[in-house]
Amino acid sequence: MALTLLEGNEAIGWGALDAGCRFFAGYPITPATTVYNTMLRLLPPSGGICLQGEDEIASIGFCLGASMAGLKTMTATSGPGISLYSEQISFAVGSEIPIVIVDVQRLGPSTGSATKGADGDIQFLRWGNSGGQPVIVLAPVDVKDCYILTRHAFNLAEIYRCPVFIAANKEISMTRETLDLDGLNKPEIRNRKTADPDRPFLPFATPEGRLTPDFLPIGGDRLVRQTSSTHGPDGYITTDPALIGQTQERLMKKLESAVDGFTFFDEETVPDADTLVITYGVSGRAARDAVRSLSGTDRPASLLVLKTLWPVPEKRIQEAAAGYERIVVVEMNLGQYVREIQRLLPGKDISFVGRMDGELVKPGEILEVIHG
Amino acid sequence: MDSLLNSSRPPVFCPGCAHERVVRALDQALTGMGLSGEQVVIVTDIGCSGLFDTFFNTHAFHGLHGRALTYATGIKMARPDLTVIVTMGDGGLGIGGAHVLSTSRRNIDLTLLVLNNFNYGMTGGQCSSTTPQDARVGSGFLNRIERPVDICEVAGAAGAAMMVRASTYQKDLVDQMQSAIRFKGFSVMDIRGVCPGRYTKHNKLTPNAIETELSGFPPLDHYAARNARTEYGTAYRREAAKLEPVPPPARIHAEHQAPQSGRREMVILGSAGQRILTAGEILCLAGATAGLHATQKNDYPITVMRGHSVSEMILDEHEIGYTGIENPSVVAALAPEGVARRKKMFAGLSADTLVLAAAGVELPDTPARVETIDFKALKLKSPDRALAALARLAENRRMLTPEMLDSALALRFKGRVLEGARYVVETGRS
Ligand code: SF4
Repeated sequence: MALTLLEGNEAIGWGALDAGCRFFAGYPITPATTVYNTMLRLLPPSGGICLQGEDEIASIGFCLGASMAGLKTMTATSGPGISLYSEQISFAVGSEIPIVIVDVQRLGPSTGSATKGADGDIQFLRWGNSGGQPVIVLAPVDVKDCYILTRHAFNLAEIYRCPVFIAANKEISMTRETLDLDGLNKPEIRNRKTADPDRPFLPFATPEGRLTPDFLPIGGDRLVRQTSSTHGPDGYITTDPALIGQTQERLMKKLESAVDGFTFFDEETVPDADTLVITYGVSGRAARDAVRSLSGTDRPASLLVLKTLWPVPEKRIQEAAAGYERIVVVEMNLGQYVREIQRLLPGKDISFVGRMDGELVKPGEILEVIHG
Repeated sequence: MDSLLNSSRPPVFCPGCAHERVVRALDQALTGMGLSGEQVVIVTDIGCSGLFDTFFNTHAFHGLHGRALTYATGIKMARPDLTVIVTMGDGGLGIGGAHVLSTSRRNIDLTLLVLNNFNYGMTGGQCSSTTPQDARVGSGFLNRIERPVDICEVAGAAGAAMMVRASTYQKDLVDQMQSAIRFKGFSVMDIRGVCPGRYTKHNKLTPNAIETELSGFPPLDHYAARNARTEYGTAYRREAAKLEPVPPPARIHAEHQAPQSGRREMVILGSAGQRILTAGEILCLAGATAGLHATQKNDYPITVMRGHSVSEMILDEHEIGYTGIENPSVVAALAPEGVARRKKMFAGLSADTLVLAAAGVELPDTPARVETIDFKALKLKSPDRALAALARLAENRRMLTPEMLDSALALRFKGRVLEGARYVVETGRS
């Protein structure tokens, strides 16, 4: 085994490059800047493109254009930039443009604290688009996840033609950590499915039995239309309620019905435990320490660390929680994802541990709540 | 081919709308240049001018209001061979002003057609960024108290070399468009016309009046020479071709034996400019040379050259969970700024903790063992103290060994910097 020392943001950059990312555009913002720095180092010498937009809106706009021209694209920002991305995110959702969006979360609200961590955007990432259609959000726990989940994020963006978020946190992204890069279980590279050359091409038509349209790039030898307006399969504006309804239901279903196929998580199950700790992101580390410190005691606890947050992996959560009376949810905010857990597990005794002051949740705080 | 117009989707503008003439002129311009639909992308945004892409059999990209230039830039960088035409109204121009400025500064090979009809047609004739102050529009008195923008002058000031103020009705509109499209760089056409649906209901504006007004503007010719330069994408590719590929991240093999086992934590408390983060990184690299996992969590303000700098490192044979400091093995107190930042920590330290304090840095009361280093006497400058503190630890075989430290330096530095670092280590040991 050999170890590599990387910052979380550098690992995201390498993961992107290895996933086939060939276009990055961003606007510097702490704590996401080092993703941009990394891409600027990696992409131009390898034939890729890395641009610095005049603002966040331009940066993600460059990416959407390049993605429709066929390149795998990524952008990275933090809370204030995600807010500016919002309208473009809605566009990528509704018009099925593959893109990976890294949100290195920092303490909000608003400009908040540039150098303090948080997981305060977790509901915002899900609901921060107009229309409220689903998105995919993956949350890394450590530098290893930064690499691996970024590779998964590109695959998912390609397969489902949608924005995929990496919900990082200053406390992972700007933390340096060793990892065994060669020992990682790397997913195979997936590419968007291109349309059959022998059949007429409609940019938003889905082949029989599938929920994601085939892709052709803008600039290819068959004409492609992309539009942010409500459209039918032909990419022209439509006012037909039946056609509109079908498309909107498909957008929802294509992700929500597929989440079992990309539910990433870590689990530590302890027999006889009556408590299950559910968490995600950097808090997964403190939770693991807390749960492990209880092994062999008379009050052990089990652990579920979710890495796919949206769509909510409902089945996994319900199955994992089935044998437990008590659930402890840990988040680096004042209670966001716990709402999903409460919705999914009615009747269970659900406690919450969280903080929003720029400090990590400590293992001791989690233990206190486990002990009741 | 005689036309790129989409025969199944004829223009749907109000009768007499200037946009319809521009659609036909653009068609003639493109076909006259021998371009096929596959070679052209029309990028549009919102408003009546945002319908343009639907009338053509070309590639089409219709997006958010004011943002058309952003998509066009991405497309052009990805596919430099395509002819990319952007249309915007005076509404998109106002919303996306920052993009017009930056595209002018970049000089990327796009052609921007501003369909300027002096008001927002689609939403009810409100004033736009180009509405004259004496016009009657749907924004009450508001247009009377702000000035219209002359986008060609603005683009020229921002670095664009090819600007044309044009009337929808001028005879050589197609020729002018072709020169704009042929231009290797960013070109802007401010194409003025009437909006019978809204604007000319309350304002008198005729093709003649537009031409008369145009003749009163200062000329733009001087920008051609002043702003002439290599097109952005060409310049980008030329610069990128000079870069060496980046080697993959270093793999560090375990070659040393760590002096202790279990989780070991170190905190370095310093100030900006003391290379605290670099020292922390070196400790992590040193750990890796003994096969240890390592984390480094930093705390510093956004100011670069002033304030505290705190670095917290953990080494462990096992993967590290919580990255915060619970029970440090070592605290290096190198500057008052850092100590102030972790004041509360000192009282809670254990008697096993070693505090390496720079002489003169005052410490809060602590049960930990304190060792003072007189860096001045050692002639070690402030930026070298963190590394010297590591040397002292290595000498005591605490957290790391001299061999681990030296391998870490060799991983991190080269040449004279490495020699300098080794000198600091040698001096700091004693
Ligand atoms: S409202 Fe004005 S700009 Fe819009 S189609 Fe009618 S005349 Fe043309």
